[in-house]
Amino acid sequence: MAIEVRVPTILREFTGGEKEVTAEGITLQGVIDNLDANYPGIGGRLIDDSGLRRFVNVYLNDEDVRFLDGLNTAVADADAITILPAVAGG
Amino acid sequence: MRIWAKLEDRNPTGSVKDRAALNMIRQAEADGLLAPGCTLLEPTSGNTGISLAMVAKQRGYRLICVMPENTSIERTQLLTMWGATIITSPAAGGSNEAVRVAKGLAAENPDWVMLYQYGNQANAQAHYDTTGPELLADLPSITHFVAGLGTTGTLMGVGRYFRDHKPDVQIVAAEPRYGEVVYGLRNLDEGFIPELYDASLLSSRFSVGPLDALRRTRELLEIEGIFAGISTGAILHATLGVAKKVQQAGMSADIAFIVCDGGWKYLSTGAYEGTLEEAETAIEGQLWA
Repeated sequence: MAIEVRVPTILREFTGGEKEVTAEGITLQGVIDNLDANYPGIGGRLIDDSGLRRFVNVYLNDEDVRFLDGLNTAVADADAITILPAVAGG
Repeated sequence: MRIWAKLEDRNPTGSVKDRAALNMIRQAEADGLLAPGCTLLEPTSGNTGISLAMVAKQRGYRLICVMPENTSIERTQLLTMWGATIITSPAAGGSNEAVRVAKGLAAENPDWVMLYQYGNQANAQAHYDTTGPELLADLPSITHFVAGLGTTGTLMGVGRYFRDHKPDVQIVAAEPRYGEVVYGLRNLDEGFIPELYDASLLSSRFSVGPLDALRRTRELLEIEGIFAGISTGAILHATLGVAKKVQQAGMSADIAFIVCDGGWKYLSTGAYEGTLEEAETAIEGQLWA
């Protein structure tokens, strides 16, 4: 089970500069826990007491997980997760 | 299954932003905030500034736009043509940075009027009053609406309209995904969410990168003969994703998507020449939507 996780520039201090890492899990929460186990501290930048942090967007195969099942979103082998900070458009 | 393009490039200055710009100015006038000769200030990646500049010119207002430096030259040319003054903000940080700079300038110049497209309800209201009703009148069988997510004005206004008048319509957002420079922030808590944004009005939200946006922009040109800007390609990509899901579910649909503008002001980016990969490299680091 390998999930590809794309890490934004701002979090690469945790991944040793890597912009893409592999993780395991069957839900997004599981994947984040797995990331935090391998890259300590990264979990806290993504999640706080109320769930996914406000200015963090997470996409599963390019779809915003807040419109799927949030942290409970099911994840499958070969899925791609992209983490991005919230930015303005327009 | 039918896919419909709503041609917003046919607006007076050539983009969907004409609706929001005119309504924001009209509302500000109605609220007594504007007088001839006064100065408007706005953070914009181009289209809103161009729309505001045209209206400002017609009505005797000055306009100062804060625009990221990594936008195509045509946007600068058009703004200047319409009489706007441009202050550039650094490429790093993209529109977040333009917003920050504009807010700082507004605080230093209290007599300037910042209409603020990201938080001004008149932006979304323009789409509630016009875009939504047009869609329903022209396509009563509409099942899905797809638009770009920038200020969120189009999606919020149309979304609210359909919630009130035809709540089963799915409201789908296509969010452009930029190169890394745009996302360079000092920390994650310095992110930005437009004050207009109400996630409850959306059914789903897709991130679309430059390669997909470019590919669909070219397909739209080559297959349908519609010459659109790159953000429209992103919207079309999300639209086709939705269409595929609907098709796989064996259902029928009438999906309408927004053609935000024509490709004219992106010609210099290289998006419409060479191979797709060459075009992707060419727009890397640019605010292409």
